[in-house]
Amino acid sequence: MQKQSIFQSKLLPYALVAPQLAIVLIFFYWPALQAVIQSFLLQDAFGLSTSFVWFENYVDLFKDPAYFEAVVRTFVFSFAIALSSLSFALLLAVMADKPLRGGTIYRTLLIWPYAVAPPVVGVLWIFMLHPSLGVLSRYLRAMGIDWNPLLDGNQAATLIILAAAWKQISYNFLFFLAGLQSIPKSVLEAAAIDGARPMRRFWTVTFPLLSPTIFFLLVVNIVYAFFDTFGIIDTMTRGGPGKSTETLVYKVYTDGLLGGNLGSSAAQSVILMVMVIVLTGIQFRFVERKVTY
Amino acid sequence: MVEEEGIRRYVAHVILWIGIAIVAFPVYLAFVASTQDNAVIANGQMSLLPGGHFFQTYYQTIFVGTSGSTREPVGNMMLNSLIMALAIALGKIAISIISAYAIVYFRFPFRMAIFWIIFITLMLPVEVRIYPTYKIVADLHMLDSYAGLALPLIASATATLLFRQFFMTVPDELLEASRIDGAGPFRFFWDTLLPLSRTNMAALFVILFILGWNQYLWPLLITTRDDMQTIQVGIRKMITTTDALTEWPVVMATAVLAMLPPVFVVVAMQKLFVRGLVETEK
Repeated sequence: MQKQSIFQSKLLPYALVAPQLAIVLIFFYWPALQAVIQSFLLQDAFGLSTSFVWFENYVDLFKDPAYFEAVVRTFVFSFAIALSSLSFALLLAVMADKPLRGGTIYRTLLIWPYAVAPPVVGVLWIFMLHPSLGVLSRYLRAMGIDWNPLLDGNQAATLIILAAAWKQISYNFLFFLAGLQSIPKSVLEAAAIDGARPMRRFWTVTFPLLSPTIFFLLVVNIVYAFFDTFGIIDTMTRGGPGKSTETLVYKVYTDGLLGGNLGSSAAQSVILMVMVIVLTGIQFRFVERKVTY
Repeated sequence: MVEEEGIRRYVAHVILWIGIAIVAFPVYLAFVASTQDNAVIANGQMSLLPGGHFFQTYYQTIFVGTSGSTREPVGNMMLNSLIMALAIALGKIAISIISAYAIVYFRFPFRMAIFWIIFITLMLPVEVRIYPTYKIVADLHMLDSYAGLALPLIASATATLLFRQFFMTVPDELLEASRIDGAGPFRFFWDTLLPLSRTNMAALFVILFILGWNQYLWPLLITTRDDMQTIQVGIRKMITTTDALTEWPVVMATAVLAMLPPVFVVVAMQKLFVRGLVETEK
């Protein structure tokens, strides 16, 4: 695509793209290339010599049960976060889509958590559900649950999933509401005239028409769960107890920083990069299809 | 339209209020905790109503900081966060709008190659390249500096794409008209294109400001000095979940202060926010 009427200049366009190009090359391509190179190198314990080891870092990763567990854990977290947040947001959006008094106030009161930063989300939730001082923990214990997410891995994972899903409700709500409002009312009226009850109308008319939005949000939520949960995990559990809340991104961080294993950390980065590219690719194919509809 | 009996509407109101309560409760709790005494909170005896320590806690938080771990006033952290967020938002808009201008309004060798080079960066979030980027920033002596905080996060394919898309919809007649008036590329950009892009820029600014303010992993890595900490990094250093030394009222006041600017932006500029969110996701 190109404009018909344009300016003629030899140097000016280069000067205009230069700042962005410089930043992109220095801070995106160069580090990405470094990550790829590093992933093929092995450093000795003192960092004195490095040797080229082909795919050894990758092979080691795939043989490492801890890495495999982190992969599975990350996917479980992602789907749990996406499904819980999406279903709750959809319920709220369907309710808010009705012609209610005060509809815009509801929207305002539901969208602001988008602006809360992940580390703050972590702080809010660990405070609320802290084993010794959490306000909600009292009730959980009163119900007979031995609640201690700082010691129990499954409880810690549940806590991360709930907090991460909570933050994403507002985002999903906004897009669901926009999706619902773009469904022509005439279609729903036609279904009503045919005698379909509200529940049936939702599942046979609204839900299928909403499927592009659902699919788009599913991808966005999975990417969110992969990357943006870092701040939540870091303030709440720091990957623990044990490794029960260590996701792939968190593992890249700890292996590189604390473990000092840069080769393995780089290989993990490269694998993550490939995953992001695949996810983004899926998203773009979907966007294109939406355009042709 | 479709029949909507009173009872159904009633249920909808109830469900929405339950949703709002779930969304608001953790934040309400943080505010309440920030107005109470630490000893009471540490005992697990916290009340669900605000206490009397509001001014004391917020004064200490903003001007003094915690007495333990990091002795950095949160006011200073907020200033760091503000500078970083503004630099990211304004920087992204500035470099994206001029590169989009070049790509749409000029024809030059490697035009499409450059477009793709920028476009592909969509797929490289900072999380997947943290250590190599860290090393480059360290080699450039930009650790503990605002440039180091902002520059690696400034290149944005989304903003460039957005402006490109918008410029494509600007009618060609405008360019021809201003050319008849004798305008060159600079004047056309400044007098015609920029005023037309105002809403897009504002919507983008709202989103980018929130994203910038909420950055976490990158500032965590490259700031070592306490006085360069952003508020998101500072709050993490204040809590130690396992021991009893955490000063919870100060932590919660910091959480409230960390939420205030971005939440204010979302609520006050809701139209721009929604527009920006929907447009940047396309």
